[in-house]
Amino acid sequence: MLSYPNVNDAIVQVEHLRKEFNGTVAVADVSFSVSRGEIVGVLGPNGAGKTTTIQVLLGLTTPTSGAVRVFGKELEQHRCEILQRCNFCSAYTALPPNLRVRENLRVAGGLYGVRDLFQKMDRLLELFEVAHLKDKVTGQLSSGESTRVNLCKALLNDPELLMLDEPTASLDPNIADKVRKLLRKIQREQGITMIYTSHNMRDVEEVCDRVLFLHKGRIIAEGTPQEVIVQFNQKSLEEVFITVARSGDLLGVET
Amino acid sequence: MSWHRIQALILRYTYLYARSVPRVTEIFFWPLMDLLVWGYVTLYLQRLAPPSGPANAFMFLLGAMIFWDILYRAQQGVTLSFLEDVWSRNLLNVFVAPVRVGEFVLATYIVGLFRIFVTVGVLAALAYALYSFNLFSLGMSLLPFFANLLLMGWALGMVTTALIMRWGQAAEALAWGVPFLIQPIAAVFYPLDVLPRWIQPIALGIPATHVFEGMRQVLRGEGVSPTSLMSAFVLNAVYLVAAALFFRYMFDVARRKGLLAKLGTQ
Repeated sequence: MLSYPNVNDAIVQVEHLRKEFNGTVAVADVSFSVSRGEIVGVLGPNGAGKTTTIQVLLGLTTPTSGAVRVFGKELEQHRCEILQRCNFCSAYTALPPNLRVRENLRVAGGLYGVRDLFQKMDRLLELFEVAHLKDKVTGQLSSGESTRVNLCKALLNDPELLMLDEPTASLDPNIADKVRKLLRKIQREQGITMIYTSHNMRDVEEVCDRVLFLHKGRIIAEGTPQEVIVQFNQKSLEEVFITVARSGDLLGVET
Repeated sequence: MSWHRIQALILRYTYLYARSVPRVTEIFFWPLMDLLVWGYVTLYLQRLAPPSGPANAFMFLLGAMIFWDILYRAQQGVTLSFLEDVWSRNLLNVFVAPVRVGEFVLATYIVGLFRIFVTVGVLAALAYALYSFNLFSLGMSLLPFFANLLLMGWALGMVTTALIMRWGQAAEALAWGVPFLIQPIAAVFYPLDVLPRWIQPIALGIPATHVFEGMRQVLRGEGVSPTSLMSAFVLNAVYLVAAALFFRYMFDVARRKGLLAKLGTQ
């Protein structure tokens, strides 16, 4: 029987998560917890295990070993119940391109059984400044518009836990800035817990309360962005990232 | 099972068809081409050897062609619905939502059923208009025949989808190929006794064989054999349960190997 970190009001509890794909270790041993209302950044160079960790949290991939609890329930046994209270947005997934924006949101709302769907759709489209696009075919949107529509979809069911995989990857600096501020605002107003992955360290410094630095499937640093910067004796999170990516092996990380 | 999720998935496929001229055309195009080719081939055969009894090759072949399309479209309804989500990189949006596997499969069944109603309706009307072949001359026996072909198509669809889920887009060709693997031994266009003796017991293990044999019996005016129909239903029940277990197993394998996420972002 595994024990979980003793964190009050923890929304996500991950204990000794390990994931192998045909003998290749994607996540070696990861334990962390996320408290209600926190925005936690999961960072690391390519192949660090961020995406696999998120996929496990979304129930898309099953762990090789370890335990994952969300809202205090075992993910594997309560997958659908948990997913009802979560949502996800990634720069790497798309809404069906040949449906209109409002049609895509209507389908997404239906999947989560959203009440007052049309009012919610209108409110979110206004919030992300894409209301004028609601009758447009999704495939005709620019990548920035598409990301914002995706974010509307991700917030439709008032998720308690929102997982964002590089949500600002395809946005220009102006829109990216607006989206970061909006996410912060939504989090403050609704108390949503967010898990955020990004390669844009400015994003992370601005948005995240706490970061987990992954390298070769293990957490090598954890704390507020400032604490991590100090821990690595660097000037910014970006410098920390480069240091980890180039000399992670020297930091005592083994798989 | 939640009806609102099933409804949302059906709505998504309805929008998809309403938005896409090639998809709507595809529902009619191939069945229509089959009907024209088979229809005229059998008219020619009829000229070479005029029928001597109430039934003739023409009725058998056209009936078989329309019945085959029911099975094929049922299988395609399940498999292509899944592939639509893969092609539009929407699979992750479906499976990160609280959609249960059973709800997903049921939605694809219902979409498949709509496709079949449309296709068979058009084919039946055209067969009557072009060749004076009345599909409804099969009477009430049409219903159990239809139900059996539908069930078998769904079972095949689940197996095909499970294989695509496991082996990815490389296995896409199976979506169109799997039904044709059974066609030669399912006595679709010729009676069971034409097949070599050793293949006949295998053929009798396929529910569709009983349907096609039954259809020919009815067209010959011999009435439908309840034993044969019951065999088809029992076999279908066994195959549906086996297909559902296989689908569930492959879904779990796909999650274990991270294939679902990979398929969803390819």
